[in-house]
Amino acid sequence: MRGARRYQVIRRLVSRPATVIAALVVLAFIGIALGAAHLAPYNPTATDFAAVRKAPSAVHLLGTDEVGRDVFSRLIWGARASLLAGVIPVTLAVSLSIPLGLLAGYTGGWLDSWMMRLNDAMLAIPFLIVAIALAAFLGPSLRNAMIAIGIASLPTFVRLARGTVLALKTEDYVEAARALGCSRPRIAGRHILPNMLPPLIIQSSIAVAAAIIAEASLAFLGLGQQPPAPSWGSMLNAAQRYLSQAPWMALYPGLTIFAIVMALNVLGDGLRDALDPRYY
Amino acid sequence: MSLGLYIARRLIALVPTLLFVSVLIFSLQQLLPGDPALALAGEDHDPVAVAAIRAKYHLDRPMVVQYRIWLGNVLRGDFGESLRSRIPVSELLASKLPVTIELAVCSMLVALLLGLPAGVISATRKGTPLDFTANLVALSGLSVPHFWLGIMLILLFAVRLGWLPASGYAPPWEDPLRNLTTLLLPSIVLGTGVAGVMMRHTRSAMMQTLDADYVRTARAKSVPERLVVLKHALRNALIPIITLGAIEFGRLLSGAVLTEQIFNIPGFGKLLVDGVFNRDYAVVQAVVLVSAALYVLLNLLADVLYFVANPRMRGGA
Repeated sequence: MRGARRYQVIRRLVSRPATVIAALVVLAFIGIALGAAHLAPYNPTATDFAAVRKAPSAVHLLGTDEVGRDVFSRLIWGARASLLAGVIPVTLAVSLSIPLGLLAGYTGGWLDSWMMRLNDAMLAIPFLIVAIALAAFLGPSLRNAMIAIGIASLPTFVRLARGTVLALKTEDYVEAARALGCSRPRIAGRHILPNMLPPLIIQSSIAVAAAIIAEASLAFLGLGQQPPAPSWGSMLNAAQRYLSQAPWMALYPGLTIFAIVMALNVLGDGLRDALDPRYY
Repeated sequence: MSLGLYIARRLIALVPTLLFVSVLIFSLQQLLPGDPALALAGEDHDPVAVAAIRAKYHLDRPMVVQYRIWLGNVLRGDFGESLRSRIPVSELLASKLPVTIELAVCSMLVALLLGLPAGVISATRKGTPLDFTANLVALSGLSVPHFWLGIMLILLFAVRLGWLPASGYAPPWEDPLRNLTTLLLPSIVLGTGVAGVMMRHTRSAMMQTLDADYVRTARAKSVPERLVVLKHALRNALIPIITLGAIEFGRLLSGAVLTEQIFNIPGFGKLLVDGVFNRDYAVVQAVVLVSAALYVLLNLLADVLYFVANPRMRGGA
């Protein structure tokens, strides 16, 4: 049954061309981030004052920036910071939300209601504002930006995890396990936990997209990856000052962010349609 | 349940949430590396100044006492004063908030004008190329980094074409025309993001109502299709859309941070970012607290609107 369900999910995913293309785009970005050292034609931090703000050409495919660094190479290396800043905070948030959601949803009572009050309080502060305020108080760096984004994404996942646990608790097979005398940890671990994952996976794809935009926003404000290390957000920050002389500096980092975020959102839509329990 | 009782209950439920929010925001200060008095003193490391700051902010008292004093002041509307400008933070808030609200209202108009018709058209022509295009555009609106879109619009309309000012802001009572021209681009930037969400919600709400029995009945009575769509289906689909609108409005108030930065609009978001860079922590705390409170209140408004619009909610419970 399980194998059959997995097969169905994969078949549904593959049957949508948009989802397949989106998955390929995401995979390509992962490949670019991993192979940056081999793919980038130039050193991303090497300045060349003989080639300052040069327009795209055969030598510099996407032009150069205000100190003569190759924009294409910086985009390739920047994929590392952006993907890391997308994946690490969300992984952090998902892995914390599972035990917290189980604890709140499965235990119930006062613990649940206090945890949810705290969670509501965290949800009340808008995502980017939490990230900016945390990054500001922690100090500007890529690591702190990731911590800030992780904390800012946590409440959405906790609420989702808890909601799923509450729904699963009333399922027949959980009732059956309880009637058979399974211990509470066993029911939580064997019967509830695996079924909590689909909604969390769907949300992850969208949350990674949001985290990438958040990292770019923080870097744009100077609160993320610090120069001269390349990051799409900080490239846009620098580009803003040379908008009329070197528009390519602003165009390409933005298009890159747009491409990966769009791919992740399409993938999220596809995953939702494929994993949605209503189709089981 | 009467509306008054419902609102009263919800307001009471907000108190613990907002208290938690205040604890979270207060504890932000504890994240500052090292001695907060030194951090608050900024570059100025004069021992007398540091001692004065420590006494003024009660940093020598236990944390619980510090929180109680801080919360007491906040409840009286006293957020302290800006370390940079020495202006009371509450005055700064009062002067910046209207600008952000004006921007949010304009953005909401853009979102409604784009998102609502697109959603209706998409739902009534499900599966056609028009539906596909509308979906693609909505998804792009959701995926585009808005601060980048802002930069691109400045590049096109201000730098290249010279049609609109690149940045700045004029209050409507001083120069109404300039006020509109400076707000147009940022409203488009913020509005397109909301329009994407709005379109997708409108589409799915419309598809549900178009499937409903009363719509089938209306069609069976050979009510003209235009009336079926606009009067029967859209009117009922509006309930979730109105709710979404109130929530998105709350998001717009806080989502304007980078847009205000790019277009140099002296609103709430710019106040936050400037506060961050000047290490003006009283300002940062106040902006975060007020945005959270506004967000929570707008969410409540969304629920109240839902309650008012949906008679079924009033019957039982």
